[in-house]
Amino acid sequence: MDFSNFLMMHQELGLLSIFVILLFFDILASGTRYMRWFRAVAVGLMSLQTIFGFFPMPEGAAFGGMYVTSDLTVLMKNVLNIGTLIVFMQAGRWLRQPENSIREGEFYVIATATLLGMYLMVSSGNFMLLYIGIEIASLPAACLAAFNKYKEKSAEAGAKYILMTALSSGVMMFGLSYLYGAMGTMYFADMSLGVALEPMTILGFVFFFSGLAFKISLVPFHMWAPDVYEGGPTATTAYLSVVSKAAAVFALLLTLHHVFGGMAHVWYYMLWVLTVATIVIGNLFAVRQKDIKRFFAYSSISQAGYIMLGVLHGTEMGLSATIYYIFVYLFSNLAAFGVIASLENRSGQTDIAAYNGLYKTNPKLALVMMLAVFSLAGIPPLGGFFSKFFIFASSAAEGDYVLVFIATINTVISLYYYLRIVKAMFINSPGEDSVGPFKTDGFNRASLVICVAGILFTGILSGCYSYISAVGFGLIQ
Amino acid sequence: MVTMEHYLIVSSIMFFVGVYGFITRKNLLAVLISIELILNSVEINFCVFNRFLYPEHMEGMFFSLFGIAISAAETAVAIAIIINVYRIANNIDVRHIDKMKY
Repeated sequence: MDFSNFLMMHQELGLLSIFVILLFFDILASGTRYMRWFRAVAVGLMSLQTIFGFFPMPEGAAFGGMYVTSDLTVLMKNVLNIGTLIVFMQAGRWLRQPENSIREGEFYVIATATLLGMYLMVSSGNFMLLYIGIEIASLPAACLAAFNKYKEKSAEAGAKYILMTALSSGVMMFGLSYLYGAMGTMYFADMSLGVALEPMTILGFVFFFSGLAFKISLVPFHMWAPDVYEGGPTATTAYLSVVSKAAAVFALLLTLHHVFGGMAHVWYYMLWVLTVATIVIGNLFAVRQKDIKRFFAYSSISQAGYIMLGVLHGTEMGLSATIYYIFVYLFSNLAAFGVIASLENRSGQTDIAAYNGLYKTNPKLALVMMLAVFSLAGIPPLGGFFSKFFIFASSAAEGDYVLVFIATINTVISLYYYLRIVKAMFINSPGEDSVGPFKTDGFNRASLVICVAGILFTGILSGCYSYISAVGFGLIQ
Repeated sequence: MVTMEHYLIVSSIMFFVGVYGFITRKNLLAVLISIELILNSVEINFCVFNRFLYPEHMEGMFFSLFGIAISAAETAVAIAIIINVYRIANNIDVRHIDKMKY
């Protein structure tokens, strides 16, 4: 038997071995003093995985086309790795709290399992593997959302997430069954040849697309996102809003252009309407939020709309701008969630009122939050400006000026609610809800430093975008 | 004679009954059962398409096997979470799971 197929998926195998190591570490060391090394081991293994991901890898397909790897999928997996690594670094303090300490290892193990599912989503060559990947990614994520076992909000978030995700995967499978009926195959490569404009194909595609849109939280399918983001633990919220969303966008991007490229004029209008609705509704609902996690949920919904702007046209520039946007969004959003997590660990507060006068009590955290929020809004020297610029430019290059116009107006609206947080931190004086000066732990500080470096330098260092755009073009047929 | 269309009618009805149940049922377990209806309708679809249209491959059958296994896993996780909800709220009525809205 030829084992060379397995070499191609060595990133998956590496992650699987991390999963097994962490699982056994958790089982054997649970309750002993070795448990305090757990987070260091998890972060260390994850950073090894991240670093090894940047080494060049062979391209090709394994297992009869079931599994596909290329420079593009490796790049996508690297982005997911970085996000997971930062979430691991930020989660430690919350997991050390007395009510969670017995379950400390489970968080890392479950998160690694979801990451494995996301790997499969990104590099699948067959809809069956894609479906399995989505399920591996979303079922454990429901456990993560319900992780705070004794909090009612967390249980509610878990219940909402698992039911919505099960419904969405049922809808998606229904679409896949019609696609299978119309074309007789589940392989991407064979399907892309057989895409014809039959009503059944279009029906199947619509069902499939809405199932995937649930995961990205595009607007008619976004109702679960604010509740789950608010109720779930902050580390889970960060994970869902960045890594899980990024993986779903990558999967959508690959399937849209690999499989359904032949019916682009059908899904173009669908996606156009969803993009506009996502940006506008996400923005308008974010304006009236009082809870900061719920606020960032709506903000991340509207960010998903901006991401879709690049997916829409499928040009080389649009696709590399999409990946670049996600890359910058990852740093900005995780910086914000790092600050939210450290404040929540300290005081248990998630109201925006708790941020009043943060600059006077904790100037460094306030600065990190300000950079993150400015980057999400797209203020010039930061990475967020360049990612928005590239994604708008890619859309304008195709002559889609109406969409760019709507998106630009919404950027201005978004500035209003992002500045509300900055105002609370810098201008308002500390109220009774505010927290006093405190120090976060070393891992969290390191993660914030990484995020700030990412926000500051991904935009200015042009090598970052050119690295992505040099890789991205393998997708275009 | 039972043709492919008959099976597809049954599975479509099952699918939409499931969606209707998901929206209208008030008990979390009933919502879960509605989801199972949706998943089972999909599995009927796969088997029927495979048997009638593409009998030379087994792809659809395998998909439905995987689908059954995954829906079992889904049910296990969902029931675990529902039990947790019950422990905290003493209730699994969806009208009481409304701490977070708007």
